[in-house]
Amino acid sequence: MSWIDIGSLDDVPLRGARLVKTHIGCIAVFRTAEAEVFAATNSCPHKGGPLSEGIVHGQSVTCPLHNWVFDLNTGQAQVADEGRIDTYPVRVEDGRILLDDSAVTRRSAA
Amino acid sequence: MKQRLVVIGAGMASGRVLETLTDNAPDAFDITLFNAEPRGNYNRIMLSPVLSGEKTYDEIVTHDDAWYAERGVACRFGEKVAKIDREMKVVEGEKGHVPYDKLVIATGSNPFIIPLPGHDLDGVIAYRDLEDTQQMMGMGPDNKVVVIGGGLLGLEAAAGMAAHGVDVTVVHIMGHLMERQLDEAAGYLLKKSLEEKGIKICLQANSKEILGQDGKVRALLLEDGTELPCDLLVMAVGIRPNTTLAQEAGLATGRGIHVDDQMLTSDPDVYAVGECVEHDGAVFGLVAPLYDQAKVAAQALMEQDAAFVQKTLSTKLKVTGCDLFSAGDFADGPGREDIVFRDPSRGVYKRLVIEEDRLVGAVMYGDTADGSWFFGLIKDGTNIDEMRETLIFGPAYQGGDTADPLSAVAALPPEAEICGCNGVCKGEIVAAITAGAGDLGAVRASTKASASCGTCTGLVEQLLQVTLGDEFQMPAAQPVCGCTDLTHEDVRRLIKGQELKSQAAVWQELGWTTPNGCHICRPAINYYLLADWPLEYQDDPQSRFVNERKHANIQKDGTFSVVPRIWGGITTPDELRAIADAADKYDVPTVKVTGGQRIDLLGVKGEDLPAIWSDLNDAGLVSGHAYSKGLRTVKTCVGTDHCRFGTQDSTGLGIKLEKTLWGSWTPHKLKLAVSGCPRNCAEATCKDIGVVCVDSGYQISIGGAAGMDVKETELLCQVPTEDEAIEVVMAVTQAYREGGKYLDRLYKWLGKVGMDWVKAQVVEDLDNRAALVARFELSQSIYRKDPWAEHVRDKAKTYAPIADFTLEAAE
Ligand code: SRM
Ligand SMILES: Cc1cc2nc3c(=O)[nH]c(=O)nc-3n(C[C@H](O)[C@H](O)[C@H](O)COP(=O)(O)OP(=O)(O)OC[C@H]3O[C@@H](n4cnc5c(N)ncnc54)[C@H](O)[C@@H]3O)c2cc1C
Ligand code: SF4
Ligand code: FES
Repeated sequence: MSWIDIGSLDDVPLRGARLVKTHIGCIAVFRTAEAEVFAATNSCPHKGGPLSEGIVHGQSVTCPLHNWVFDLNTGQAQVADEGRIDTYPVRVEDGRILLDDSAVTRRSAA
Repeated sequence: MKQRLVVIGAGMASGRVLETLTDNAPDAFDITLFNAEPRGNYNRIMLSPVLSGEKTYDEIVTHDDAWYAERGVACRFGEKVAKIDREMKVVEGEKGHVPYDKLVIATGSNPFIIPLPGHDLDGVIAYRDLEDTQQMMGMGPDNKVVVIGGGLLGLEAAAGMAAHGVDVTVVHIMGHLMERQLDEAAGYLLKKSLEEKGIKICLQANSKEILGQDGKVRALLLEDGTELPCDLLVMAVGIRPNTTLAQEAGLATGRGIHVDDQMLTSDPDVYAVGECVEHDGAVFGLVAPLYDQAKVAAQALMEQDAAFVQKTLSTKLKVTGCDLFSAGDFADGPGREDIVFRDPSRGVYKRLVIEEDRLVGAVMYGDTADGSWFFGLIKDGTNIDEMRETLIFGPAYQGGDTADPLSAVAALPPEAEICGCNGVCKGEIVAAITAGAGDLGAVRASTKASASCGTCTGLVEQLLQVTLGDEFQMPAAQPVCGCTDLTHEDVRRLIKGQELKSQAAVWQELGWTTPNGCHICRPAINYYLLADWPLEYQDDPQSRFVNERKHANIQKDGTFSVVPRIWGGITTPDELRAIADAADKYDVPTVKVTGGQRIDLLGVKGEDLPAIWSDLNDAGLVSGHAYSKGLRTVKTCVGTDHCRFGTQDSTGLGIKLEKTLWGSWTPHKLKLAVSGCPRNCAEATCKDIGVVCVDSGYQISIGGAAGMDVKETELLCQVPTEDEAIEVVMAVTQAYREGGKYLDRLYKWLGKVGMDWVKAQVVEDLDNRAALVARFELSQSIYRKDPWAEHVRDKAKTYAPIADFTLEAAE
């Protein structure tokens, strides 16, 4: 695993998200608590809603288009809704956000 | 032959090394101990009780002169080691060299000083040693002190000085205190307790410069221009491992001195312990692991097998009256679950974090009696599946046969207090129920339980259920969402009644069951707070739906629409040109005339929003709030200016109304229209508020809609002048803002309060009308402004990705 510094923790609002653009799609980086971040695909499996624009609560995000709720730990959609988003390793060190480079360079198998 | 051992630093870690060594192998080493501080080992963590006056320095000395003499330790106190010569195996002190066979480095850490302009002024200190403590103890009731840093050390410093009557202000950069150990709710309670001790606390405050006079500190200047005068400035913003000596001696260092599991550095004769080391990527700031390290190092020196293992840590704050406990890990990890318990009347908050049937973290405030029990569960990795339901109640509730939440209530003794406000205990409530009080209302009437703040309502209902069994039907009042049992109406009432002015305050005082709400309650609470406390509460964009956060409507493909305000439907060729230019420049795929008399630019890319707004702003166009639960448009007809039937200047009034109301937030969207005569071309009678002009004045009617429900407005009143019409509209709007349930259109609110009530408030009682207008104006002093301009100025960069890897050349 190798970590890429994508920016300062302060650049992501508390209970908010920012986008990381890659050649293989957009990744949303969520800040759920003062020093807690998650990374997941930005695209909702329902109809492609941009998850980085959703409301962040606890360790979950609600899709802004039709309110599906995803657990950012597992990527699993909550109870009534079925679906899962890809999540990626990310961590905070000395106020910087480090994203696992597999998120940026992953090649899809299909 | 005795080996020569030199120890650098007489701190808490090396102290434990020496104890272990001299207890178990008294004759193995000739020991020399250097310390930069002019004294031996004392209990550094007890400096805080010394500062507050609860202890004296003598009481915290752990090793006195006699101790060192007895153990044959040669002390070189007040002497700093300048260099380690590993080749010659010699340590160079300020007053001479000492050769070693084995060396222990225990230099601790240095407080971090933010290099603000003025940081080297006299009177700017850290909080690390006795000298710092003594400087703070020199402050009295006539002095002002600013502490930068709202972590453990900063708060202990602040509380210690406040205990001597010093005027202390804590400046903290984060949104809540001790953010590394506490979550927001606990941070909120801590802030409340410290404020009760007279300490002022500034959160989210950025320090800009330390101001001085004649070389001495005078004040701290914040980014926002605030000046905090002070005679002493304490910086407690963190520590950095003190690695200078080791680094200069060529030992492997990173953030700290690299050590292995035996605390051995990259040199086989040099050990390191304490805050100066880095072990397996981690550095340390609490004593518990340092003691473990010390023991391991001593054993290694005695050639015994031992290995240092990092363990979960717990923290407490040593401030009397601030009972907090935090342990374990709140950071990310798969499949975590929270259990939250709040007892607002006692100021208690507890949160447990569970992962795969194990407790991994705990935060507690107010009642920390079970802290060590939870800490034990965390350290032992106990499987808690069986006790999940009652875990949060602590060990007293474990081992029972059923894990039913009702049984916890059933198990309470009769003297347990249920209603904190009115001091009603369980026994009284049960007696009232058995005497015939069969529902909540009856219990309230006969015992007063839950009749004040209402937060114990759930408990009272559970008692009804336990006592009456199936006879009692739990009421079906709709709570706001899954985070609380309270209804919107309860929450609004309590926000006002208890003067709750932050979301964290609402979550805590009203017993939210989640750490920070959800997408349903957060926008509602955010609205209630800003409507009730316009000056005190700051709107929270993160609690808003994307449209309101980004001031544009999100489209199904993730692009946005941009609708500039066209006041009262009147525009100019210049404005139209600017709109056309913007549409060209930003490749807007669709330009549409809306049903609200303005123009919608649909399909703008999120990243382009600040730029297109900036262009529109340059032409004098501002946000149309087509996205907000707030004022949308005021539709008008042409009125007296052109129409042969017009009775009044309907266009002019519409523009005035729009300029008065724009920017205001309301429970749901608010649409107005002004028609120049009863032919009603502006469709005023199906708007939230409609004005129909007649010869003798203005007919104001309210409660219309033409969406999912189609409603005709009902007449509120007729007034003779334009000014009065504007006043009535403001007053109705404010009454709706203050009373409406979030996401109720005006007609739904009207249905609940009734037209008679509204008439009494805004038509008949003129003083009340004036008061409503004044409150509306107060709120508008904050919100009557263009959010686009503000975002262009302050937030443009947040619309761009934080990182863009598509810009890098693909190989
Ligand atoms: C643009 C527009 C349609 C048009 O092309 O004309 C429009 C577009 C939307 N309307 Fe509307 N409404 C528009 C006039 C209306 C009108 C007519 C009016 O205001 O004269 C109505 C009926 C009158 C009323 O509100 O009572 C109307 C009743 C609704 C409703 C139903 C509200 C209700 O309480 O029943 C919704 C849904 C909601 O707000 O929850 C809605 C929601 C929406 C949303 C915001 C849907 C959404 O959440 O994304 C649409 C946003 C499109 C966009 O991205 O810009 N729109 N909408 C009109 C913008 C007017 C403006 O200039 O601001
Ligand atoms: C006010 C305060 C309150 C605290 N409260 C708590 C608490 O409640 N709980 C908790 O777990 N922890 C607490 N801590 C942290 C705890 O005190 C430290 O983790 C611990 O003291 C570190 O021990 P150490 O031996 O590594 O370093 P220290 O105790 O700092 O000892 C290092 C010594 O090395 C000396 N030294 C440095 N360089 C040289 C040199 N070149 N030559 C000679 N000597 C040198 C220094 O003068 C110092 O005396 C607190 C700290 C402070 C300041
Ligand atoms: S009527 Fe429906 S589809 Fe048309 S703009 Fe309004 S909400 Fe969208
Ligand atoms: S696109 Fe996310 S919920 Fe529909």
